[in-house]
Amino acid sequence: MLDVCGVALAEDLFAHLPDAVRLRRPLDLAPGISEYEIVDYFRARAAENADGYASFLGAGVYRHYRPVLVDTVVSRGEFLTSYTPYQAEISQGTLTTIFEFQTMICQLTGMDVANASMYDGSTAVPEAAMMAARITGRHRALAARSVHPEYREVLRTYALHQGMPVEEFGYAQDSGAIDLEDLERKIDGETAAVIVQSPNFFGVIDDVKAAAEIAHRRGALLVVVFTEAVSLGILEPPAGADIVAGELQSFAISPSYGGPYAGIIATREKFVRQMPGRLVGQTVDTHGNRAFCLTLSTREQHIRREKATSNICTNQALIALMANVFMTVYGKVGLRELALQNAAKAHYLAGKLKPAFTGKFFNEYVTRCGNPEAINKALLKKKIIGGLPLGRFYPELADSMLVCATEMTRRADMDELSEALRTPAAEEVLA
Amino acid sequence: MIRKVRSHPTQNEALLFERSSPGKRAWQLPELDVPAVDASVALGAGNVRAEIPGFPEVSEVEAIRHFTRLSTWNYAIDHGMYPLGSCTMKYNPRINELVARIEGLAWAHPYQPEALAQGAMEVMARLEAALAEITGMDAVTLQPSAGAQGELTGILLIRALLEKRGNPRRKILIPDSAHGTNPATAAIAGYVVENVKSTGAGVLDLEALARAADGDVAALMVTNPNTLGVFEENIVQAAEILHSKGAMLYMDGANMNALVGIARPGDFGVDVMHLNLHKTFSTPHGGGGPGAGPVAVKKALEPFLPTPRLKRVRGKWAWDFKRKHSIGRVRAYYGNFGVLVRALAYILAHGGPGLRNATVDAVMNAVYIRRQLEPYFDLPYPSPNMHEVVFSDERQSKLGVRTGDLAKRLIDYGFHPYTVSFPLIVHGALMIEPTETEGKLELDQFIEAMISIAREVETDPELVKQAPHSTRTSRVDEVAAARKPVLRWKPE
Amino acid sequence: MYPENFRYTKEHEWVLVEGGIGTIGITDHAQQELGDIVYVDLPKPGARVEQGRSMGSVESVKAVSDIYSPVSGEVAEINPVLADAPEKLNEDPHGAAWLVKIKLSAPGELPELMTAADYENYIGAEK
Repeated sequence: MLDVCGVALAEDLFAHLPDAVRLRRPLDLAPGISEYEIVDYFRARAAENADGYASFLGAGVYRHYRPVLVDTVVSRGEFLTSYTPYQAEISQGTLTTIFEFQTMICQLTGMDVANASMYDGSTAVPEAAMMAARITGRHRALAARSVHPEYREVLRTYALHQGMPVEEFGYAQDSGAIDLEDLERKIDGETAAVIVQSPNFFGVIDDVKAAAEIAHRRGALLVVVFTEAVSLGILEPPAGADIVAGELQSFAISPSYGGPYAGIIATREKFVRQMPGRLVGQTVDTHGNRAFCLTLSTREQHIRREKATSNICTNQALIALMANVFMTVYGKVGLRELALQNAAKAHYLAGKLKPAFTGKFFNEYVTRCGNPEAINKALLKKKIIGGLPLGRFYPELADSMLVCATEMTRRADMDELSEALRTPAAEEVLA
Repeated sequence: MIRKVRSHPTQNEALLFERSSPGKRAWQLPELDVPAVDASVALGAGNVRAEIPGFPEVSEVEAIRHFTRLSTWNYAIDHGMYPLGSCTMKYNPRINELVARIEGLAWAHPYQPEALAQGAMEVMARLEAALAEITGMDAVTLQPSAGAQGELTGILLIRALLEKRGNPRRKILIPDSAHGTNPATAAIAGYVVENVKSTGAGVLDLEALARAADGDVAALMVTNPNTLGVFEENIVQAAEILHSKGAMLYMDGANMNALVGIARPGDFGVDVMHLNLHKTFSTPHGGGGPGAGPVAVKKALEPFLPTPRLKRVRGKWAWDFKRKHSIGRVRAYYGNFGVLVRALAYILAHGGPGLRNATVDAVMNAVYIRRQLEPYFDLPYPSPNMHEVVFSDERQSKLGVRTGDLAKRLIDYGFHPYTVSFPLIVHGALMIEPTETEGKLELDQFIEAMISIAREVETDPELVKQAPHSTRTSRVDEVAAARKPVLRWKPE
Repeated sequence: MYPENFRYTKEHEWVLVEGGIGTIGITDHAQQELGDIVYVDLPKPGARVEQGRSMGSVESVKAVSDIYSPVSGEVAEINPVLADAPEKLNEDPHGAAWLVKIKLSAPGELPELMTAADYENYIGAEK
C-alpha cells in the first residue's frame, strides 16, 4: 500500500506539513489498555458514585424503569452504527422510526407537527423562543420563574446574542402556579414568546390555558415546556400552546449524570417552515411504494447556512429511538397506567410530607423542611438521597426541598424518608 | 392491503399505528404498594386527558419484530465502509457501550451530592486532560452537546473576551469551503459573516485574509485540514495576521482524525476549537446522534468557559459555579456524559501511541484511495491530501452523469455513498474519507466498485442514473416530500 | 425565448412594466438551474421592496435562492397560484407563474436593467 501511496515510510505521508506545526514528541497519554482493564476502570468510577441508594431527586431528570426491549433494539448495529439518513434508499429503518416518533410526539402533545429531536429540553427552549421571534417579527421573551432554572439560564445565553431581551414573571406564593397578574403586567407589544412549563419546576400542574389567553390577546406566541414526559400519559396536553418544547429523558433514557437526552419541538402546521431541526416526511419511490426521507432541508444549516433556522446538525436519533421503543412498549394504555402509578406514589408521600404549595401536582412537589441540606446529610447515612434543596435556585425557598416519587420509588423508602424527617425542626411539615 | 415491496428478505412492515389494536400490550408494571389515586381528584378534573388518540398498542413480539425488521433496512458501519468525507465513520467499539451502561454511571443523577458523584467527575476530568493534551490547548469544556453547539460556544467565548477588551467587533471570516454549521453558528452568535475565497490550490488565501482582517473582524473560522482534506500550510501565518489585528483563530475540529498525535492546533496558533467526539473519538452516530462537542481553549479564554467547571477542593472534585466571567450555560447539567464515557474508553483503549497510529492509518488509507482513483475521476486540487480526498464529477458529467448518480450506484456495490456535492467550492464533489478502520480488503473492494462505476458511465449511463437497483426502495421522490410535506401518520 | 418587452437582472429576475406597475418573475434559465421547485417565499402585500435587495426566496429540494427585486416600490399583489402549486414556476416562469406585482416608486431605475438580447448574451457568456 505504501508503494501505491508513493512513499517509503508511513511517516513520509506527513512530510509535506510545515515543520513548525509538527508534534515532535509522543502524546503524553498512557499506553493503550485491554478491554478488561477498561471495564475495571469504569467499574471503579461507578463504585465512587451512589450505589444502592434510594433517591427522591427529580427536578428535570427522572428515575423510571427502562424496559429491557429498549437496549435490545438500540444495540442492534443497524441502528447504533448507522449514519444520518441522508441516503433514503439505505436508511428506511431510521427514517421510518423517526416518522413514527414524530407521530407519537404529536399524539402526546396535541400538536400538528414535531421534529426529529433537539439536543435536549434545555436547548429546545431557546430554539422555540427564536422560532417565535421569526414568526411574530418581535424580539422579547417572557419566561416564568417556574420554568426549570437551568433551562432559563440556557435561554439567556442564546438570547443574549439574538438581540432578545429575556424577562421573567413570578409564581403565586400559595399555589406555586404562574402569577397571571405579573404576566399581564410584564407582557407588551414586543413580546414574541411567553414561556411556561407544566408540570412546572415545582411539580405543579400550571394554568396553561390562562397563559395562552393572555399571550394571544397581546399577539405573542405561547411556548409550553415539559420536563417530565410521563405526565403526558395522564395530563391534558397543553391547550393553546403554539410551540411545545420538551425533554424526553423519562422515556427510557438513562439519567447518565446529565446526558445525552432528547428534546423535542412540536408546533402547529402553519409554523412548520420555521421549525429548527430535522424533519422526516412521507413520500413514494419510483415504483409508487411508500417511503420516507428527510425533508424541508432548506431550513437547515447545510443549505441555508447563515440564514438557517438553527445551526443544529446532529440530532439525538439513537436517544429518540429509545423513547420510541419505550412509547411502543407502554403504548396507549400502559403509559396512562404508568402515569397513574407515579401520581399514586407521590400523593402517598404527600400524605406524610405536606406540600408547600396548594397547586395540584403530578409526581413531584415542594415541601418545607427547615434545613434541607442538614436533613439530606442525615439521610445519606440511611442510604437515601433526599429531595433537591431549592435554595440554590430560589433563595426565597431556602427552607424547602423538591421531592419526587416515581413508579420505582418503594413505599418502604417513602416511609423511611418521612421517619427520617422526624426531627424537631421538621415536625411541623408532617401531616 | 399489505404487499411485499420488493425482493427483500423481510416482509413489508407497516407502521406501528397500522399494526395496533385495542387490548394488545407489551408493558408490565408491579402492583402498587400504595393506594391508587383517582386521577380527577389528585390532578384536577380539568387536567386529566382522555386516552392518547392513535398511540400504539402492540404486543412485545410485534414490537421486537417491528424494530428488527426496520433495522434490516438500514446500512451501518457494522455492515461495511462509509466513505463519507468529514464524517469520520470509524468503528464504534462495543466496549464503549458496555461501560456506558454500568449502573453507577448510567443511573447517576446530575443533582446527586458531589460526594456521591466523584466517579463521574473523575471521568470528566480525565477526559478534559486527555483532550487538552491531544489538542495542545490549556483548558477544555465538555458541556456542548455536539459540534454545532461547540462552535457556538467557541464563538461566544471569543465574543466575551473581545467584549472584555472593549469591542466585541462585528464580523467573522469564513472560508468558502466551510461546513454549513460555521456560518449558521456565526449568525446565531450575532455576527455578520464574510466569506474568504480559497486560492487556486484550495487553501486559505493569505492575501485575501490580510485584506479582510481589519479591526472589525472578531475571528476566522477555519477547518484544518480543510474540507478538501488538504492541510492549511499557511495556518501559522494566518494566525499571526489575525492576532496582529486583535482577532482570534477558531478551528473547526471535524477533521482532527488527520492530526491526532501528528500536529496540535494549540501549537499552530489556534485560540479556540471544538472537537466532535462522534467523529474522531468513535462514539456511535446512532442514525444521527447523540454527539458531543467539547471546546478547547488557550488560557486567555479560560475564564469565559461555560459554568460550572470542575475544580479540586480538599482532594475531591467539586463543581465551581462562581465564575464571574463565564458566558453562562449552553445547556442544562454538565454535558452528554454518556458520550464522554465512550470517548474516554476509546482513548484509554488506544493510548498515546495507538491514537497516533490511527491517524497514520487514516491518512494512508485516504492517500491510497486517491492514487487508485486519480486515473478515473477528476481531482480539482492536486495538493497532497490527508485523511480525505475530494474528486469532482467533471468527466462523468460530460456524459450526463452527476456525483449524486455515481453515489447512488455505489449503493448497489454494497457501500454507503461518499459525501455528495460538498464542499461547495468543488463543482459536483465526491468527498471520500475511509478512516483507519478500513483494511486493505475493504478499500480495494471500494476502489474496484468506483472504477467499475466509472466504466459503466461510459458504457451504460442509464444504469447509473437509475441506481440504486438493489435496495428496499428505489430513489424516493424528495420533491413531492418537500412540496406537500406529510410529517406524521394520520388514521384514514 | 426571452420576451422582448421584459427587462432582466443579473440575478435572473425579469420585470414587465405596465402603467406604473411592475410584474416580476424569475427567468427560464433560473428555474432550470434550480431544478424542481418546492416552495416560494414571497413578501406580503404592502411590504416595501428595494432594487437589488432580497425580497423572498425560491426553494428546490437541495437549494435556496434569494429573489432580488429588480425595482423599488410597494408590493401590490402576490401570485396566489404558487402557494399550492410551486411547480408552476418550472412550467411557465414567464407567464402564469409571475411572483409579485410592484407599484413602482422609482421608474428611473428601469434603464439600468438588461434587454432580452443583453440577457441572452449574459447567460450565454456565463456557461
